[in-house]
Amino acid sequence: MRNRTIKVDALARVEGEGGLYVKMRGDTVVDVKLNIYEPPRFFEAFLRGRDFREPVDITARICGICPIAYQMSSAQAMERVCGVKVEGQLRALRRLIYCGEWIESHALHVYLLHAPDFLGYESAIHLAQDHPDIVKRALELKKIGNELMILLGGREIHPINVRVGGFYSVPTRKDLEPLVEKLKWAREASLETVRLVATLPFPDFEQDYEFVALRHPDEYAIHEGRLVSNKGLDIDVSEYDEHFIEEHDQHSTSLRSHLKERGLYHVGPLARYSLNFDKLSPLAQQAARDAGLGPVCRNPFKSIIVRSVETVYVCEEALRIIEEYEMPDKPAVEVKPRAGTGFGCTEAPRGILYHRYTIDKNGIILDAKIVAPTSQNQKIIESDVDYFVRQNATLPDDKLTWLCEQAIRNYDPCISCSCHFLKLHREYE
Amino acid sequence: MNDGGIVVDRASAGTSKARVVVIGVGNPYRRDDAAGLVVAQHLRQKTPGHVTVMEHEGEPTALLEAWRDAHAVVLIDAVFSGAEAGTIHRLDAQADAIPQELFRYSTHAVSVAEAIELARVLGQLPPKLVVYGIEGKDFSAGVGLSPEVEGRVAELAERVLRELADAAEAGD
Repeated sequence: MRNRTIKVDALARVEGEGGLYVKMRGDTVVDVKLNIYEPPRFFEAFLRGRDFREPVDITARICGICPIAYQMSSAQAMERVCGVKVEGQLRALRRLIYCGEWIESHALHVYLLHAPDFLGYESAIHLAQDHPDIVKRALELKKIGNELMILLGGREIHPINVRVGGFYSVPTRKDLEPLVEKLKWAREASLETVRLVATLPFPDFEQDYEFVALRHPDEYAIHEGRLVSNKGLDIDVSEYDEHFIEEHDQHSTSLRSHLKERGLYHVGPLARYSLNFDKLSPLAQQAARDAGLGPVCRNPFKSIIVRSVETVYVCEEALRIIEEYEMPDKPAVEVKPRAGTGFGCTEAPRGILYHRYTIDKNGIILDAKIVAPTSQNQKIIESDVDYFVRQNATLPDDKLTWLCEQAIRNYDPCISCSCHFLKLHREYE
Repeated sequence: MNDGGIVVDRASAGTSKARVVVIGVGNPYRRDDAAGLVVAQHLRQKTPGHVTVMEHEGEPTALLEAWRDAHAVVLIDAVFSGAEAGTIHRLDAQADAIPQELFRYSTHAVSVAEAIELARVLGQLPPKLVVYGIEGKDFSAGVGLSPEVEGRVAELAERVLRELADAAEAGD
């Protein structure tokens, strides 16, 4: 019996670095391990003893692609401890800056990281050689997301203007006006993107996932909601730790999450879309239907379509918020520390990002817990790779390796949030 | 924006029209990966007024934006090539392709090297783009540079200043 092992070193086109290890005996998969290293562990220790206002800026450094997610989850957690609710236009501005993050992150992943897989290009550079206009559109779209983040966050990478209770400064209506025409262009470009990615060749691949995402009664949940699943979960964010468990795996420095009752679960665009299709705008719903999607999508390869549909939605949502915007009197509500534990959970572009903090009466952090979306998806990624390799076990090494990378990239794993080296190795015993 | 009492760093807003841009790239919580940021901090007070100094996390498409319209760009990043820690590398992006393996520690898979190559393909490379790499040793989670890297920061900052002076003399 021939044994073989697939190892991918420094997986290309995932956000950061990491490694995948697949061991096979003949055509049977013996073991699949995604090895990742988690800065959140370092940050949890780093935050203890610091002031409750600091995680908003410090945790934004965990990821250069989704700093807003870290800011929003940490701010929400601290506001809950202190009994403060950010509402009205301040809440709307938070949703607006989050729309900017989704636009820039989705544009980056759809065009520069994911599309080259389907089109047979090794990287975005190779794609740009043949299709410069497509890459230029991606960069323009991404730039508009960045501009939203710059305007509200002070700068696009590690924004500095968000704080517990709101913002340090808020824009006037006039400040937001120049974005309107750009966002209208972005909405059209996103619709064009949906049409483009709908034509890509997709492997016939589905699993009966348990999808977990936020759900809100009035909107497509981004920065607030209850945690729900398609298999019966419906909890307040404060109940997270009663239902989700992180296990340390000896093969990896990261933690793998699972649901206590049922095991693996799936977070991110597919989960959000499948649990909240009814909350998308009519335009986004129609774009999805025209692309051949139903209200539920279980094919992770089609996450490229779902990300594009979500981009249409957040462009519209940003336009709506700007249209209805009135400058609030104060950029933030006052927040006084009080002893207790607070919970925050928001939808990073890659899925739910959970923060929990315990602080004392002076606002000093006693305990911090951060669960990034990629560590929550880690088991499901391994399960997909396992399933996929079984289906395609007879393929030669190079093709199988390519497909494994693609199966991982479906989740847009933010390895800088959750790991250090992603390495795919294949060896023969 | 109303005055909320903070300095909003518009220099890093990605729309700079400055003729000369210095970009320090890195992650402050990955030890030697922060070297580019530390050098940029050294340079902030020492560069002439027409030079924009940015600290950048290194996300490649944002880098393309950061150097858009710039005539001359000096980029400083930590690298890992197996050379002695603290070794300073100088690369001229206009003259050569940037070896991708140098920047393997970028927190983004589309690394600084790929950003430069992407810009080249799209015709968006600045007329002058010099990359200074400083060899790192420890890229683990944490703060603070290793002594070998820390010990070369001032020298690297001086070399960047000389680079800027030469560019000014050459009329770039």
